[in-house]
This record gives sequence, C-alpha cells and structure tokens, in this order.
Amino acid sequence: MIVEADDTMPVRSSDDVVRARQAVRARAIAAGFSLVDQTKIITAASEVARNTVDYGGGGTMHIELLRNGQRRGVRLTFKDQGPGIADISLAMKDGYTTGQGLGLGLSGAKRLVNEFAITSAPGQGTEVILARWK
Amino acid sequence: MSEIPILKIGDCLLVSIQVDMHDRLAMALQDDLTRRIVQDRARGVMIDISALEIVDSFIGRMLNNIAAMSRVLDAVTVVVGMRPAVAITLVELGLTLNGVRTALNVDRGLAMIRKIIDHGEQDDDRRGG
Amino acid sequence: MAENQSLIPALIDRHQSALLDDWLDGMARGSPSGGTLRRDGETVEQAKRFLEQLRRSAQTQQFDDIYSQDWAPMRDLLEEVSRARAIQGFTPSQTATFVFSLKEPLFQLLRREIGGADRLGDEIWTATRVLDSLGLYTIETYAKTREELIGRQQQELLELSTPVVQLWDGVLALPLIGTLDSARTQIVMESLLERIVESGAEVAIIDITGVPTVDTLVAQHLIKTISAARLMGADCILSGIRPQIAQTIVHLGLELNVVSKATMADALALALRRSGKAIVDRTAPKSSRDD
Repeated sequence: MIVEADDTMPVRSSDDVVRARQAVRARAIAAGFSLVDQTKIITAASEVARNTVDYGGGGTMHIELLRNGQRRGVRLTFKDQGPGIADISLAMKDGYTTGQGLGLGLSGAKRLVNEFAITSAPGQGTEVILARWK
Repeated sequence: MSEIPILKIGDCLLVSIQVDMHDRLAMALQDDLTRRIVQDRARGVMIDISALEIVDSFIGRMLNNIAAMSRVLDAVTVVVGMRPAVAITLVELGLTLNGVRTALNVDRGLAMIRKIIDHGEQDDDRRGG
Repeated sequence: MAENQSLIPALIDRHQSALLDDWLDGMARGSPSGGTLRRDGETVEQAKRFLEQLRRSAQTQQFDDIYSQDWAPMRDLLEEVSRARAIQGFTPSQTATFVFSLKEPLFQLLRREIGGADRLGDEIWTATRVLDSLGLYTIETYAKTREELIGRQQQELLELSTPVVQLWDGVLALPLIGTLDSARTQIVMESLLERIVESGAEVAIIDITGVPTVDTLVAQHLIKTISAARLMGADCILSGIRPQIAQTIVHLGLELNVVSKATMADALALALRRSGKAIVDRTAPKSSRDD
C-alpha cells in the first residue's frame, strides 16, 4: 500500500472543522470517490473533528491519500491529548438519535466508513483512525 | 445579528443556509429565528438546505432545536432541498430529525405549511427521518 | 567483481533488433505455454519497449527482486501489456506468452556469445529467473484486471436490475427483484432519490413481490430506503407483501412504520387518492352529459 499524499492540520476550533472538511473533500475527489462516498467520508470527518474540538480540547487531523494496487482510499487520523474516553463501548453506542446522548458522533462516523479504529484511555488522549476506499 | 438573512413570505419565514456553519453562526441563527417568529407572528419556518453538501449531527441538532422552539411558538418547521447524497448519508449516520418535516423544495414546503396551518394538523405523522 | 556482472544488458544492447525479430516470430509461432500473439503494431511497440526496459533494469545488476524500485518501469509496462490483453479478451496464456517467448531467442543469443559452460549456465539461469518472474507478474496483473472488469459488470447489472418507474404524475414505483443487500440498497437509494428530485414525486411505491425473504437485515435496508425517500419529501407505500413475508415480519417483530398494501394496484389507488385524484369510469351511462 502506498501513501500518495499526506497532510496534517490543526483541529482546534469550529473554523478548523470547516477547513478540515474542505481538505477531506479535496482528497476524496482526488481518490475518485462518487458523490455519495465523498459525502460520507466528509460527514464522518466532521463528526470526529467536532469531537476532537469539543471533547478532546483540540488536536490534529492527519489526512492520507492511499493506493492499494488499483484501489484508492482516504485515511484520516485524529489525535488529541484530551481527557480520553473512559468507556469506549459506551461511547460507541448510538447516543444521539434522541438528540441528547453525549453527542459523540463516533458510532455514526463508524457506519460511514470502511475502516474505523479508536484508541483512548482516561488521561491519555484519543486517537481515531477512519478510512474509506473507492 | 446573524449573517444569515431571514426572509418573510406571507406568514412564513424562509432561511437559506448557504455557508459552512460554525457554532457562533448556528447560535445566532437560532436566536434570530426565535425572535422573528414572535415579531412577525410567523406560523411557518422554512429552512432551505439545498446548498448544503454536508449535514452532520451538529447541523442536525440545530435543525431539531429550531423545530422544537418553533413548535413552542406555534409555528411549523419544514426543511427543504435536501440533496440525495446528504439524505443517504443521514440515513446511514442514523440521525433522525425529530419534529422536522421535509419537502422537496420551497414551493412544496410552502404548500405543506399551508395545508397544516389551514387544516389545523399540528401532530400528523408526516415527520422526516 | 566484473566476473560476477551479468553480460545480458550488454548483449541485449548490441543485438537488440535481431533479438526483437526472433522474439516476435516466436510469439506468432506459439510458445510452450500454449498461446500465440499476432505481430501487430501494438505488440511490436510493446516488445521494443520491453527489450529497452529489460536492458536498463538489467544494468542495475539487480535480478533477484522484480518488485524493487529498479524494476518499477518494467512492472508498469507489463501492467499496460497485461491490462490491454485482458480487456481485449485474450487468455492468461496468450498474455504470458509475451514474456516467455523471449526465452528461446535470448538463450540462443547467450549460447552464441558466451564461451565457457559455467559462465553460460549462470547467465541462462539469471535470464530464466528474471523472465519467469516477469511472466508470472504478467499473469497476476491479468487476473486483477479481469476481476475489476467483472466487478464493473456486476455493478452495471445491479443498476439495471433496480429500475424506478413513474406510474403517474408524482407517483414512482420501485419494483425490487432479488435480495436486498447493502450494496444493492445503496444503488436503490441513489436511483430512487434521483428520480424523486427529477420528477418531483411525492409518493414512492416500493414493491417487494420479487424479494424472496424479508429478515431483519432486509427490513433494515427497506427502512433506510424509506427514511431517505421521506427526507426528500416523498412518502412511501410498501406493496407486494406475500403472506409468508407478512408472517415473518410479525414473527421477527419488525416495525416497518410504513403503510403497506398487498398489491401494487392497491398502492397506486391509495397514492392517487392521496394526491386528490380519482379514476372515473367514462363508459358508465349518465342521465345527463355535458361534454
């Protein structure tokens, strides 16, 4: 698997979330994603980016354009040094269909991508990796 | 004063969301709308999202909040112009828009509001999501 | 270390055109792998480039790993050769013949130019290793290309098998045939929503007569499709529910939250009623007619 291009950007404010979405859109288009697939990965990125800002105290997004043989993909890695998540499986439950929950868009984001991995522990920050393939 | 213009069409208010929303803008919009519903005695609120390429849970919550506040003020909220890619993603995301009706475009939205106001149906089951 | 340097690059360089001719003849004659290739413009061009690339890559004296950076341009060339043949419908053997049929003329060249049995043996072994690897690489790329082609054809079939029909002004019908898996559901949703936008339809009839079973997963896919249509301002009516399906739905406790009718005809009648339309029997006798 080859990383054809990559970039890191800060995700510390609401404006950064907007910029992050634009960056993901550009990579998704470069990877040849269909409109629906673009929308899915950008939305997933938006969810995790907001989490990083709102709950992680701000962090970074590393975005990679991947190639595996003939397939192309986009991989996003969100990292923050925030409080971390105590109970990941609880956080991954559908919490916001009621509009209340913890507002963590992680379970939703997971449904929108092909690959999802989350590492987090109290006091150790959080890392979320998302990838979507064409 | 939010940067998003609110138009008055008869007894309805129309908001067109054109820009990438961030928190301050969303809060300002909710405040403005609530004020205008009372000030103009609006019976309907139409939110045109045809320019939005993404609707995430943040926007979803904003739409739900607007609908909830309108309802308290006896106004109907209709979201119009959702793009197909957005609808498919929302459904996959699992986001439900509570108390938010949806219509294809502004015309249909107005007709829907008319029907609901004139026939006094506030609690029918034609909710989105 | 000159003793251990292969003479192959130099020999190819000196005898390139004769080698090319013999090779193309061999391709047309057919190789032990059982394929033949015509001596057409494209093949000649690719063969020339192959020899040139072989000479270049061999000059690095790295023969063990054709996946290394030194052999990248050669791999690219072979991918091109392979893809073209795969798409044109050639067999894997014919495609590999491109590479393997170079062995005979190359070995003959080595035999003519290299004295000493040991040295000759080494060089032939080097040539064999490289050409075998390259030939196999060609076959692998061929297989990948065929898979992609099949994948695309499958996709097209999927799209063809989910037509959306306009039954009336503002009424769409989506007759589903076959199982509803997640890939299919994506396509169904996209077609349906696009048609809703195009036609401005307010009712979509989803007919599942042709869906063999409805289990929890299928129900989830149906619910997603219905929700998506609703977000676009169109109500859905489910039709074509066979008795067994009705039983399964109740047994599994599935909540479909949608109006359902037994037949598409009933669904259409309901759709028309909802949009304020009525079907009138014009042949019925009237006491007074005002035409």
